[in-house]
Amino acid sequence: MPVRIGVVVFPGSNCDRDTIHALDLAGAEPVVLWHEQASLEGVAAVILPGGFAYGDYLRAGVIARFSPIMRAVAAFAGDGGLVLGICNGFQVLAEAGLVPGALLRNQSLRFAGREVAIAAERVDTAFTHALEVRRPLRMPVAHGEGCYYADEAALDALERARQVIFRYVDATGMDAQPGNPANPNGSLRAIAGVINATGNVAGLMPHPERAAEAILGSEDGMGILRSLVESAARAAGQTSPLEAAAR
Amino acid sequence: MTSFRFAVNVTPKPGILDPQGRAVEGSLGHLGITGVSAVRVGRRVELTVDAVDEAAARAVVDQLARELLSNPLIEAYDIEPIGGASSTTSALAGEG
Repeated sequence: MPVRIGVVVFPGSNCDRDTIHALDLAGAEPVVLWHEQASLEGVAAVILPGGFAYGDYLRAGVIARFSPIMRAVAAFAGDGGLVLGICNGFQVLAEAGLVPGALLRNQSLRFAGREVAIAAERVDTAFTHALEVRRPLRMPVAHGEGCYYADEAALDALERARQVIFRYVDATGMDAQPGNPANPNGSLRAIAGVINATGNVAGLMPHPERAAEAILGSEDGMGILRSLVESAARAAGQTSPLEAAAR
Repeated sequence: MTSFRFAVNVTPKPGILDPQGRAVEGSLGHLGITGVSAVRVGRRVELTVDAVDEAAARAVVDQLARELLSNPLIEAYDIEPIGGASSTTSALAGEG
């Protein structure tokens, strides 16, 4: 039986269908979770997809943070449940304090909608174990508020705790610091994605679900989704699709 | 109960990059204005709170400002009473 993974739909979510499709491809059974429901319906992991939840009014992600489903997501995360936030989902997680830091308006003041390259700093997490360390992954970004910010002391603490899991990289594979055109939003220390201290909640600005099939120009996002699906299957005590296929 | 009206002014904390402020500053030359610097763009939220007294009303606004209207990692806020207090009961005279 495929592992059930929840995809939360807020009013204004617009990447939920892409995420559901990509989860299908990754061998999971996607479960749609509406923002007004208080139950996660027993899913083994949750994805907060991209979009503009509640119109991004006030600050991106903040209104969504107080929705009934987010109470359930916070409790699930507190119990060690796997949660991945993509783009707007990352903003929601940051506003909820489930991952460290904040996402500021892009330093260019422009909406960034283009392909970028990111590299995984760690391949020992529930979200990255199917990846190769520091191999550039091509996938799109599409956001106006994606500039990762934390103060210097907090950034140092994140690095020490190895909580930076993705960084923007340039054509040479080096970290794309603010000012480098390969850094789409001015994110400090080229940070594209982070993980919480307990390793079960992660967020990233780029869209792996939009790079999940060759026809989309890149399949590099699949490694992230496949990592999550496998980890969720393991958490649910099931055989993962990959392990099943290997037999 | 009495109604109290407040404004909550939310601004980027010192040291936080504020590209909006920078863009505004950059446009000043087009207006022929000089000598203006350190432009910071924030947000102002006005609201009315019904409470027994001003201290109770302010406590509600403070919670709202801290948990919803600002993100303490990146923004500071201050609370400003505006418009004075008005008694809800007299305002709604004839009801209930």
